[in-house]
Amino acid sequence: MTPRESKSGGRVSGARAASPLAGEDPVAARRLLRDMLLIRRFEERAGEQYALGRIGGFCHLYIGQEAVAVGTMAALGTDDLIMCSYREHGQALARGVSSRAIMAELFGKATGCSGGKGGSMHIFDAEKGFLGGHGIVGGHIPLITGAAFAIKYREGRQVAVGFFGEAAVNNGAFHEALNMAALWKLPAIYICENNRYGMGTALERAAALWNVAARACSYDMPAETVDGMDVLAVREAVSRAAARARDKRLPTLLEIRTYRFMGHSMSDPIHGHYRTKEEVEQQKLRDPIVTFRRQLEEVRMLDDEQWQAMESDVAAEVEDAVRFADESPEPEPGELHTHIYSGR
Amino acid sequence: MPTLTYRDALNQALREEMRRDGRVFLMGEEVGVYQGAYKVSRGLLEEFGPMRVVDTPITELGFAGVGVGAAMAGLVPVVEFMTWNFALLALDQIVNSAAKMLYMSGGQVKMPIVFRGPGGAALQLASQHSQAFESFVANVPGLKVVMPATPADAKGLLKSAIRDGNPVVFIEGEMLYNTKGEVPEGEYTIPLGVADVKRAGKDVTIVAHARMVSVALKAADELAKDGIEAEVVDPRTIRPLDVATIAASVRRTNRCVIVEEGWPFAGVGAQFAYDVQREAFDHLDAPIIRVTGADAPMPYNKSLEKAAKPDAAKVAAACRQVLYRD
Repeated sequence: MTPRESKSGGRVSGARAASPLAGEDPVAARRLLRDMLLIRRFEERAGEQYALGRIGGFCHLYIGQEAVAVGTMAALGTDDLIMCSYREHGQALARGVSSRAIMAELFGKATGCSGGKGGSMHIFDAEKGFLGGHGIVGGHIPLITGAAFAIKYREGRQVAVGFFGEAAVNNGAFHEALNMAALWKLPAIYICENNRYGMGTALERAAALWNVAARACSYDMPAETVDGMDVLAVREAVSRAAARARDKRLPTLLEIRTYRFMGHSMSDPIHGHYRTKEEVEQQKLRDPIVTFRRQLEEVRMLDDEQWQAMESDVAAEVEDAVRFADESPEPEPGELHTHIYSGR
Repeated sequence: MPTLTYRDALNQALREEMRRDGRVFLMGEEVGVYQGAYKVSRGLLEEFGPMRVVDTPITELGFAGVGVGAAMAGLVPVVEFMTWNFALLALDQIVNSAAKMLYMSGGQVKMPIVFRGPGGAALQLASQHSQAFESFVANVPGLKVVMPATPADAKGLLKSAIRDGNPVVFIEGEMLYNTKGEVPEGEYTIPLGVADVKRAGKDVTIVAHARMVSVALKAADELAKDGIEAEVVDPRTIRPLDVATIAASVRRTNRCVIVEEGWPFAGVGAQFAYDVQREAFDHLDAPIIRVTGADAPMPYNKSLEKAAKPDAAKVAAACRQVLYRD
């Protein structure tokens, strides 16, 4: 038992009866698995392309956390609004942003979803309601509140959903944003992806209170702690929060406990001074993709042939994305000075 | 034409724009029930209700970010800071979120938002409440910076700022709210990026903005007694800067004094001076002189405070210096 688990308390939803897939549509279930697998293979290729020097800057991979993005997006509607931190390739893919456009953005190409001007940390697809990709830890949490404010202002039925890491909750912006969302009864879902480390600083070394969800009591806000390695548990928790937002106009804080299998960014070690190799290996036993695949196989929603087909389908999509990015043109030099101001 | 105070001109602009466009809303500390710390928002809560005139907790970073998020989702927020001194807490949202959103999204996410409130020194408010921040924000591509000096400019520029579709930093004069002037009724807008010659003259150009315009005009009155005709040019918008109007004036007068309330090092006046020498070098008969606030935090003591601020006597002295008549 890690120190965090021993002291953090809080019931973790996700532990459930023998047949979590009872009543599940097999096609939808396999879709969840495919979405997670796409993120995994996309990120592996992104890491490889980074090592080859074709992706620059900072590149924060999502490997290990796939169930959080996929479970969340499966519970949302197409007109809901999404905002993320800089570790957002996975959420963008799960939201349905084109893998070509994301890879091209990582390559800095004109065909990238942000025209090559944003890069890994600033993935945008406004048509999909995917509003970034923000690089300052905690800085985008008030933006989520603002999007929820706009929804309420227009008396819409949408939900504003924001992702951030557990390190961001020590930031003043988190406190200010959640207080206003609860005060004004806004339709927002705050998803704290607790992957245990803010770069190389463990939660226990940064926060006096280790139970992130418990912070919601400061704002009289509903909260849940969720097993982030269980895609169905995530989907259920987000569904409950979304219903609360749409029907009661109340925000929710979800602490989704997950784990990052890679280093903080591509330039950081996977393990070292801040965590041991053994810990990482131990956590990999909870791999959300392996676990969910096994669950599907147990209830005969997936056979080996279907899995092989899924693997090759995903591999082809990722290969196509890399080829597209590679063959796409650079932005025109004049793009340096476009989009600084909006013409009327 | 009716005579209004600067605060009522701003109030009129807000009211007209909120009537015109249902997406426009005002948020900030004490803007609603209290009617505004400086009464700029008087009566707006009653007319538009609490969803459009939003009282916030004291959390500049937080509510500036809420404004940015609301703009991303299609609204047109006017975010009021009780003073710009408090807005430093929100600088991350203004610079990292608002100014760059359009650019880093490859043109997808527009950012129609106005950040407004009083700046500059008032009277004996000491170091943390008497500061001019235009140089901080004017440095940032993606922001526009507007600083009206008169009630008419306040109205016309605020209406344009709200309609601009870009993040606009709108710095009002804390000492100007009670000043009066003629203000056109109804639809009256002034384009951003257009300077105004506040007084014509042929001997020296004084470039001054915000409260420094009245200081410059007073200096011009003093100089007139000695037969010196000073021209006062008010840029009104710091970014984009109307270099053409300023340079045209300098080409006529051949001399230039630049006045600003802020600190001297890397102040906006340094940029103005660079632009003037680039555009009118052959027309200058003397080096440009800047008159700025003292290079020190603002002291509380009345006489020290007076010494720290630019005033008409200092501006007049600088004009005599560039005319070699000191």
